Amino acid sequence: MQTATRVTVRTATAASGNTVAVLAFGGDISSASKDTVLGAYHGLNGAASHVLLDFTGVDYINSSGIAIVIQMLLEAGKAGTQTIGIFGLTPHFQKVFTMVGINKYAALHKDEAAALAAV
Amino acid sequence: MKSGSSVEVRLPSELGFEKVAMSTAASMATLMGFTEDRIEDLKTAVAEACINAIEHGNQLNSGLTVGVVLSTSDDRLEIKVIDDGAGVKTAPHAPDIDRKVHGEEDPRGMGMFLIQALVDEAEWYKGPPGKSFVRLVIRLDKENE
Repeated sequence: MQTATRVTVRTATAASGNTVAVLAFGGDISSASKDTVLGAYHGLNGAASHVLLDFTGVDYINSSGIAIVIQMLLEAGKAGTQTIGIFGLTPHFQKVFTMVGINKYAALHKDEAAALAAV
Repeated sequence: MKSGSSVEVRLPSELGFEKVAMSTAASMATLMGFTEDRIEDLKTAVAEACINAIEHGNQLNSGLTVGVVLSTSDDRLEIKVIDDGAGVKTAPHAPDIDRKVHGEEDPRGMGMFLIQALVDEAEWYKGPPGKSFVRLVIRLDKENE
């Protein structure tokens, strides 16, 4: 019953001129997504100082999926040199991410243009 | 939809089937006239309640099912999610994002908090096997607050 998680990795150029790694997710983000999501993040090898998480194509997120985002924030914090931003969440999940406090560690943006303008 | 209507769904104890309960709850809330943002709140709360029942209550035992009973009255939709576990011992607490991001607390464990935060009433009842449940309520009179 769970829809597979998809991750596309690409780069974009921020308004500041910085290169940004974008992890674009699709399908479900749940406990079954852990290896796919963290595998894509680890594939960046810490080379990107700015990472954006794109939830535009996500159909379903639950608290286990949110925990995977927190795991990425934990790892980015350990690296010490990486910022993570988030865009493409529905208004409901922007509210949920804010309720659990993710916005304290990752800026939430409406869309990619807003996210790239902020880097 | 007639007040006093009731729908029951039985879910296999397999992650992913919570979506069936989400869809059923959303359909009933739509028929009752709840707004889209309240329905989104309800969908997340119902999903988290079912995930807890599947994972913790029934411990992913394929021989057990999760019962979801949805009941309407004039101004409220009540959902009971029933499992075969021993019930919940502790009250939900707000996640401490600082501790989670610093690796001092499990990143998971936010389900009960989300349930309580997203619906008007959430109560957990301990009972004998097959009788433990969480009861969720959303009220139409909250729509304009």
